[in-house]
Amino acid sequence: MKGADDGVGDRVHTDRNDHQIIGAVIQMSEDVDQSRRHFLGVATGVTAGVGAVFAAVPFVAYWKPSARAQALGAPVEVDISALEVGGMVKIEWRGKPVWILRRTADMLERLPVMVPELRDPDSEQPQQPDYARNDHRSIKPEVLIMVGSCTHLGCAPIERLEVGAADLGADWQGGFYCPCHGSKFDLAGRVFAGVPAPLNLLVPPHRYINDNVILIGSDSGVAG
Amino acid sequence: MSTAQDQVKKPGRSDGLMVWINDRFPLTQLLEEHITKYYASKNLTWWYVFGVLSMVVLVIQLLTGIFLTMNYKPSAAEAFASVEYIMRDVEWGWLMRYLHSTGASMFFIVVYLHMFRGMMYGSYRKPRELVWIIGMLIYLCLAAEAFFGYLLPWGQMSYWGAQVIVSLAGAIPVIGDGLVEWVRGDFFISDITLNRFFALHVIAVPLILVALVAVHIIALHHVGSTSPDGVEIKKTKGPDGVPLDGVAFHPFHTSKDLIAIVIFFIVFFAIIFFVPEMGGYFLEHANFEPANPLKTPEHIAPVWYFTPFYAILRAVPDKLGGVIMMGGAMVLLFFLPWLDRGKVASIRYRGWMFKTALGVFAISFIALGYLGTQPATDTYTMLARIFTATYFAFFLLMPIYTKLDPTKPVPDRVT
Repeated sequence: MKGADDGVGDRVHTDRNDHQIIGAVIQMSEDVDQSRRHFLGVATGVTAGVGAVFAAVPFVAYWKPSARAQALGAPVEVDISALEVGGMVKIEWRGKPVWILRRTADMLERLPVMVPELRDPDSEQPQQPDYARNDHRSIKPEVLIMVGSCTHLGCAPIERLEVGAADLGADWQGGFYCPCHGSKFDLAGRVFAGVPAPLNLLVPPHRYINDNVILIGSDSGVAG
Repeated sequence: MSTAQDQVKKPGRSDGLMVWINDRFPLTQLLEEHITKYYASKNLTWWYVFGVLSMVVLVIQLLTGIFLTMNYKPSAAEAFASVEYIMRDVEWGWLMRYLHSTGASMFFIVVYLHMFRGMMYGSYRKPRELVWIIGMLIYLCLAAEAFFGYLLPWGQMSYWGAQVIVSLAGAIPVIGDGLVEWVRGDFFISDITLNRFFALHVIAVPLILVALVAVHIIALHHVGSTSPDGVEIKKTKGPDGVPLDGVAFHPFHTSKDLIAIVIFFIVFFAIIFFVPEMGGYFLEHANFEPANPLKTPEHIAPVWYFTPFYAILRAVPDKLGGVIMMGGAMVLLFFLPWLDRGKVASIRYRGWMFKTALGVFAISFIALGYLGTQPATDTYTMLARIFTATYFAFFLLMPIYTKLDPTKPVPDRVT
């Protein structure tokens, strides 16, 4: 031991005393009930463990969306009477863009063209409410309502509605293209095979309050 | 006569103070153990300065970070403007901000070089496995710290970078979507997310980081630093118990480190004064636009220090697979002490196999880093797949090639 000054000397001295005392204690208590001691040790440990789990609950739950965040995530109403055929509006619901595209008859006719290249053409994955699980993925065939958030890593895809866009291939029938990682979706939000996005774009729960007003975010009252 | 008495008394008094302190706190013992009587090999190369430089950057980041919080506002409505306020209106605010933002990149430069030093000289090998693992934990903390910090300026790249990285957790089956919502605390990256990332960036992670750095150094000083020869200097001690090939950290290694620190500061300030954005590599151009949750920038990429891992993520044409590979690329580093079956520690006595493998690893890492900054075209994706394969091969084949490697004999003493 280096630097053996007075302080260290004191400590060695104290240690020796401790050893003597501990030795005496051990000699005095030869009849220790080991199983009782073991039980008490385990019981203390288990109680502390359960306590720690309960204590963690408030800290973990603190991170969940707050009441205000949930209130701000309430459904929104949209009036689409001014939306022309072939036009698209973007509204904000829960901080994400929701697209409303009034598809032309021509767009709807072209939907089956790309089916062989799609990953989930029949919408088998639960990316839409049951009432939108059809060939056009919507309640009204022409009105497409989707969350504009790529199912890969959440970027906002760009609408590329023109047929045969130069950068997307001559057989491009119009659809959506994600600039982040190159995922492609058709005009019903169905994902192409061989791109990073695994799923079709999400159709949010929604219902028609009347012919032109849509409630996005809630579908209670609509038969599935 | 009285002056003579003073001269005799003065040193006596300061000795008395040291005795008084040492009786109550082991100050002398601590200083000797870690500084004046901590012996490291006399032939340490320049590669060994990056540990000290990491400490220097850590101090810069803590100091400038504290000052930035004095004017920064962690709210979605005010964050972007408050950073611009610091840049334009606060006295020397631009310097604090650029020191901090450039410091982040410099931190990763010196840490990557520090880690590469460890790989070259076998610093992770027995008995230094824990030094290496604690170092890896520091690296992960640093990555978390950088990620949380990057959201704070609330620019477009802050926003969409956080969106992409947080969404990675969504790839986990069953709990993924719930986990993403829990991390964000909202249905999207919002004011709530920004506020909690701020708390993590300025309190939680720095506390862990500083504690881990202390543990890293205590563990290192317990086992001792490596030498560039892979020779343990503790094996050959003089009659006084001091390693014959070792010299004290202070004043010998510190005087050399001081040169490195001066050179580091020249480079550091040259960047801050002349190219603080480093052509979009240290501060990305898109981040000078406020966050817009409805519009993704045309091309998004993380800051350069994450791009090697980002390139691996993109190279895999499967969401969950990509996340697993990216995580695996980091986790494999933890296992280096057990993957290396070589007889010698230092690259100086390794054979051509290890040297080639380490070279391939370094090239793969840099190439992936470049590819991660570029758009994912077909050619680039193919290249990223090749370099991902070579990156993983370095680790997974290591038990084989380090064993077969024709090594040279290691001398008894350092050269």
